[in-house]
Amino acid sequence: MGVELFRIDDRLIHGQVVVGWGQPMGLGFIVLVDDEVAGSEWERELYRMGVPPEMEVIFETVQGAAARFAEFEREERKGILLTGDVGSMARLAAAVPAIKRVNLGGVHHRAGRVQRLRYVFLAPDEERTLREMEGRGVSVTAQDVPNARPVPLGDVLGGRGD
Amino acid sequence: MNNAARPRAVVAAHGELAAGLVSAVERITGRGEALAPMSNVGLAADDMEQRLRERIERDGIRAIFTDLPSGSWTTAARRAMRGREDVVLVTGVNLAALLEFVMRDDVDAATGARSSVERARGAISIVGGTRGG
Repeated sequence: MGVELFRIDDRLIHGQVVVGWGQPMGLGFIVLVDDEVAGSEWERELYRMGVPPEMEVIFETVQGAAARFAEFEREERKGILLTGDVGSMARLAAAVPAIKRVNLGGVHHRAGRVQRLRYVFLAPDEERTLREMEGRGVSVTAQDVPNARPVPLGDVLGGRGD
Repeated sequence: MNNAARPRAVVAAHGELAAGLVSAVERITGRGEALAPMSNVGLAADDMEQRLRERIERDGIRAIFTDLPSGSWTTAARRAMRGREDVVLVTGVNLAALLEFVMRDDVDAATGARSSVERARGAISIVGGTRGG
């Protein structure tokens, strides 16, 4: 089993992850990869509080997640690995060639970003980073919830997603 | 006296749930204005936190109701109320909780919130279904 979904989602742990994806998957653990959250006990407790007791939350920096990746893959439970931004996932995928699929789950509006889907807004540097990730053999699709159609990156960036 | 003209609490929920709950409160009690509904549609986590912070600091809101304990509004609320002992958060909101809160306008927000939690817990029950199906 191990990590079955690698998701970029700026809300990190929230309803779509815990309920929308987590329940149908039978989710056993979440790896939350964020350098800031990993370094703050208050932040870690904030995210731990919202998760049902049967789900474990593992907090890691990008570097730490790369180092422990083999351990996550040996897990007998199913897991989701989350980053809150494109750059963190790109750094992780560059360090871990075994990551072959990335899910764009939610990147919301911010100054400098352009809307690509209802739940995906991207800045030019983020689009470039995603294209580079695909160029290295990582399939990137946008999909907010499990029963939605996965939208290939080319369609997301080409305005053919909705 | 009815103090419902100014919001006393925020109801922050997924999709259009908050607006629906507040609409129901208005229909039942005429006190919907005591609650400010907020949706998370299209908002980043930072935006949600900022909007709640504005409600607390600018509008004097002291009670926040959210739907899911694991939801993004709950996370945003806990960030926005950090260091504010005078603000209370209730998760798992339902209509019974809100009805109780708006009717208890004679008490402070924290007391009203505690009362609403008791009412909400008592409002959920199951009837029938003993033979499966």
